[in-house]
Amino acid sequence: MTAQGFLQISIYFIVLLVSVKPLGIYMARIYQDEPAVLNRWFSCVEMRIYRLCGIKPDLDMRWQHYALALLVFNLLGLLVVYGLQRCQDLLPLNPQRFSAVAPDSAFNTAVSFATNTNWQGYGGENTMSYLTQMLGLSVQNFLSAASGMAVLVALIRGFSRRNSNSIGNFWVDVTRSTLYILLPLSFILALVLVNQGVVQTFKPYASVSLQEVLTYQTPKVDEYGKAVADAEGRPLTEIVTVSEQNLALGPAASQIAIKQLGTNGGGFFSVNSAHPFENPTPLTNFLEMLAILLIPAALCYTFGLMIGDTRQGWLILGVMTLVLAALVFVAVSAEQNGNPLLTASGVDQRASIQQAGGNMEGKEARFGIANSALWAVLTTAASNGSVNSMHDSFTPIGGMVPMWLMQLGEVIFGGVGSGLYGMIVFAIVAVFIAGLMIGRTPEYLGKKIEAYEMKMTALIILIPPFLVLGGTALALMTDAGKAAIFNPGPHGFSEVLYAFSSAGNNNGSAFGGLAANVPFYNFMLGLAMLISRYGLMIPVLALAGSLAAKTIVPVGAGTLPTHTPLFAVLLIITVVMVGALTFVPALALGPVVEHLQMTGHYSFNAR
Amino acid sequence: MSIYLKPAAMLFMLLTLITGVIYPGLVTALAQLMFTEQANGSLIINEQGHAKGSVLIGQPFTANRYFWGRPSATGPHPYNAAASAGSNLGPTNPALIDAVSARIKALQDADPTNKAPVPVDLVTASASGLDPHISVAAAAYQINRIAKARQIDAVKLRELVDALTENRLWQVFGEPRVHVLRLNVALDELKRKSGQ
Repeated sequence: MTAQGFLQISIYFIVLLVSVKPLGIYMARIYQDEPAVLNRWFSCVEMRIYRLCGIKPDLDMRWQHYALALLVFNLLGLLVVYGLQRCQDLLPLNPQRFSAVAPDSAFNTAVSFATNTNWQGYGGENTMSYLTQMLGLSVQNFLSAASGMAVLVALIRGFSRRNSNSIGNFWVDVTRSTLYILLPLSFILALVLVNQGVVQTFKPYASVSLQEVLTYQTPKVDEYGKAVADAEGRPLTEIVTVSEQNLALGPAASQIAIKQLGTNGGGFFSVNSAHPFENPTPLTNFLEMLAILLIPAALCYTFGLMIGDTRQGWLILGVMTLVLAALVFVAVSAEQNGNPLLTASGVDQRASIQQAGGNMEGKEARFGIANSALWAVLTTAASNGSVNSMHDSFTPIGGMVPMWLMQLGEVIFGGVGSGLYGMIVFAIVAVFIAGLMIGRTPEYLGKKIEAYEMKMTALIILIPPFLVLGGTALALMTDAGKAAIFNPGPHGFSEVLYAFSSAGNNNGSAFGGLAANVPFYNFMLGLAMLISRYGLMIPVLALAGSLAAKTIVPVGAGTLPTHTPLFAVLLIITVVMVGALTFVPALALGPVVEHLQMTGHYSFNAR
Repeated sequence: MSIYLKPAAMLFMLLTLITGVIYPGLVTALAQLMFTEQANGSLIINEQGHAKGSVLIGQPFTANRYFWGRPSATGPHPYNAAASAGSNLGPTNPALIDAVSARIKALQDADPTNKAPVPVDLVTASASGLDPHISVAAAAYQINRIAKARQIDAVKLRELVDALTENRLWQVFGEPRVHVLRLNVALDELKRKSGQ
């Protein structure tokens, strides 16, 4: 890692950690309905919404009702996004006249955005109309994030309430998350992004002239699109001259702001935040990176406040930050070391004042190595999944870090809401293990952890690995699954493993070489996204319901304190051990083998 | 189920109105009002009113008299700004090694006396396929070739590259870089001035 890279990364962490407390306090006030400026200014809007919808904001729900409301609300979103894509050719705001999206791709995308995954099998600027992006995808960016935050708040209430049969009102939690947290932050970020050059317009794509006219050869085709051959069967080529560049535009900034803040990650353009119109300057890059972790980090403090012990929140934040920092170091170093196979061909990859050096394939010159590798780690630690570089072209170890972060279950910061509820579940496991060791009934935050809680916890921890490993195995046993692989050798295996790690943990980033926009992957990954989102949310809500019904046990001599460094170590070990034990064999087949090949100067030869 | 349907549908509609219509509409209105240029693609408009490119989007250059930008993996031709794409070639893929070797050969064929190792960003495809920048090293590497092709003093070119180098933001963020399109426009202007 270069000194300059280290400095940029350190500043990032400082700014992030400084923002945690103010935003954490603000969000706690919003959820507990205490005055916090915006919820007083706009309370008339909020109340009018409830009245129009027939919602009684004071009426709390049992966990079953909460879960049903969530499912119905998300299903509605899914159907609307599907419908918008299927008839976008008939709807307005489609200046490029894109046709309707194919059913399998539309299903995958609808699931993807409703589940806060934002896996993208399509290329934004040549598939989706402005209306679909704005009214379908953007809206789900808000609502799926708000759904995750709602479930977290419900789980927190499970700890803070005693002898209660309810965990809050889903409608109220979603509305407040959207109106008072996601919307104002997105609004500010969107305007800063436009100021820096992110586009925001409804005009059609702009045509500009090229300074040097470009000519290139292309296979000649007849009017049916079939290649034409000469008398001896050799394919004919023709020379095409290009003198204009067609610039994709659109209402991008408003969508990019929320896709970063809501840990969504679905880009407006195909290459996501690597696109100069989506992430034009080092400043936008810094702010977009900050937006990835801002809410997940601050929610830790909100959690501490709402359960009445901020030390518990700091502990979880500390654990997340430690694991993240260690992995940032690994990934940045791997990318900075570059690709020895290229050095052999006469390429200069050393960092100097004149160049970033390192593995620059699939990276942008303005971001260099440190900002690209840092982003890759942040976006997979959080379940964001946006990218500013192509992960498929990372070095084997540089690409393994993002993959493993997803496989840890998206609990190192994770999705807004979903990351923290996942981490709380791991804390319950840690408490349980400690309880077994000292022979006492485990308790966490004053609640006894019993058989029912452990069943739910086990479900939550086991579902994602089952989807990831099972899905990968199934894909590799079928021709349809193997046909989509782009890179040869162990890297091709990594592409499939990455795809299922991403979908099975609702991340959304990809090893983009995999041709995933085919019925097989659209369906399989869509299924994985659905199961991992709701297969986890429902047990979490069940857990919340069961905890809320319990009384709070006073702290005794046998209570394991959960705010100490000892517990932090225990929690880290639990998360890392579960992740390592489950995935090391699979990782050994992909990135590890490839790393050995690369350092041994062996390029896999498919021919 | 039906008791959830009405509040779900109504709430969904209202929040869609707020986050999918009012929010992007308001951002667009303010963006068009306050940051008109940036909101519409940061276009470079010449005196005749023609758009000669965008400040943010790179253009392809292949002639010896111009600085070349990053290799671009967009299809069907490089720097297609309506279909951004990276190469997605993995680090051990022979296709990557072959592509890099071919680019090195092209650079060396265009400038046979230059035996220096080639800066990595000049022979590896950018993430977007539209990267407008190259590293300072990549610009320096090409000075010799352009000096010969244009019959200009290399010192003058070095000054031009220095003048157009964008530094890190506040000396901290991002990487130092050179804007290829700006540099090449400046080259052509240099020629026009000296021709007068």
